Amino acid sequence: MANPRTFQIQEISAHPGPVPGQGTRREEPVCKYIDVSTCIGCKACEVACVEWNDHPFRETTFNDTYQTMPTTEWNYYNLIKFVEDERDGNLMWLMRKDQCMHCEDPGCLRACPADGAIIKYENGIVDFQQENCIGCGYCISGCPYDIPKFHPNTKKVYKCTLCSDRVGQGLEPACIKACPTGCLKFGTKSDMVQIAGLRAKQLREVSGFANAGVYDPPSIKGTHVIYVLHDIKQPERYGLPANPIIPPSYTYWKWLAKPTGLFMGLLGIAAVFFHRVMYGPKLPQPEPPENRTGPREETEAGRKETP
Amino acid sequence: MSVTTKNLDEGARGAFARVGTTRVRPGELLRHPVYTRVLHWSVAIFFILSLLTGFAIYSPWLFHWITPVFGGGPRTRLLHPWFGLLFEVFFLFQFLNWVGPMAWKEADRRWLKRLRQYATNQEAIEPEDVGFFNAGQKLYFWLILVSGVLFLITGLLIWFDDVVGRWIVAVSYVIHDLAALVMLAGFIIHVYEGTAHQPGTFRSMIDGTVTESWARTHHPGWYRTEKHRQEKR
Repeated sequence: MANPRTFQIQEISAHPGPVPGQGTRREEPVCKYIDVSTCIGCKACEVACVEWNDHPFRETTFNDTYQTMPTTEWNYYNLIKFVEDERDGNLMWLMRKDQCMHCEDPGCLRACPADGAIIKYENGIVDFQQENCIGCGYCISGCPYDIPKFHPNTKKVYKCTLCSDRVGQGLEPACIKACPTGCLKFGTKSDMVQIAGLRAKQLREVSGFANAGVYDPPSIKGTHVIYVLHDIKQPERYGLPANPIIPPSYTYWKWLAKPTGLFMGLLGIAAVFFHRVMYGPKLPQPEPPENRTGPREETEAGRKETP
Repeated sequence: MSVTTKNLDEGARGAFARVGTTRVRPGELLRHPVYTRVLHWSVAIFFILSLLTGFAIYSPWLFHWITPVFGGGPRTRLLHPWFGLLFEVFFLFQFLNWVGPMAWKEADRRWLKRLRQYATNQEAIEPEDVGFFNAGQKLYFWLILVSGVLFLITGLLIWFDDVVGRWIVAVSYVIHDLAALVMLAGFIIHVYEGTAHQPGTFRSMIDGTVTESWARTHHPGWYRTEKHRQEKR
């Protein structure tokens, strides 16, 4: 969590009205670059993340791989996923650093019903503000990458902050600082996209990975964490969705149908009020039922108005 | 309805009638016994609490207005499913209590055909075949049942979102909202008909009685059988 004044805020979850100061300050979009082809799986980034965020050490789960635990956790934002894959009949060990992707169109922020619990800065960092979180868990279902994690004791949701507190002070994220191979880089989005493009070209032309490319999915308007993959045609091999999508419940339904529903509710209240004004009450009729066949006494409601 | 639930319902009616009283004055009829009234208001209280806490989370425009009443956003979120569950429990008893008189009849089809005349107050007195409940009340009852089942299923899925997938939560969320909006529409009409539109109705849920002219006007079929029963006695 950065001091909100450090960066200009671009979007606030469930915020009625405009974002204060939106568009008044220029902010360069930032990006984390991850080259899976040079990752050695040392887990220095995992340790750096735990240290910088002052997270307590937690028990790990051993499931016959080198992976520390099955998924990221509320106090373990950064996890290298180890996948044993195949290439030309030989083992190919895929190592991918998994963390929040800081989507340009964040599903968590779209899903959040609490004002200010999730904010997105002009520089692209998506940050959770736990003091505003109500713990409903909608962000978890809005995320295409299964990143936000619920903490049962605090009843709040946590995820990678892209070290917004460090970035706000002009430092690179802790994972980047710890990386010994240079497979992690941090800078502006345009610089990182350019470097990633060059590296993918090198992999295609020099290293024999004909399908190498950059993972920056357009379905969520790109991400502020991009990957150089050996095979961009099959991101599923690395556990990445080829076409990440936000459920329409959090886009169309929330921003179109919900206000409409609310308006219809208000319209309903107005309708019954004016119904009473226009048609009047239904009063208990005093005459016994046998008189009903005869000429009925004209009631207020039935009488035509004369000017 | 099975014999056990019928016995349970009748036992509860008897127990409540022994504790509470309904005073029927001359020229009045007993409409809702103590048990029904207690159930109705239990359902109503938890429905309104669920509605308020739910609508706080439903819309950003209501969030800041409603959450302070319930002790803030996290507390509102914490309370909503429990309010909902209590609504479900009380409605289950109300369902058992009313499922008999709420059965759909041929007369209800005729009533619906003249819904327009009903809504525009064109007939001062309801047709002879309108019994204890009219078709509108019956529709609202069955609507609550359907919505209640949808609320329960989708609500549990959203509540225990860690055991179900993200798409199930996303779909449940929309169904939960739709059920709430339909219920809100029914609720607005229900409150209006029970108070401002039909004077003399509200007391049937408070004191339990209505005047004979009220019964003759709004539920002639029920009035006739009730009179018939009194004469036989």
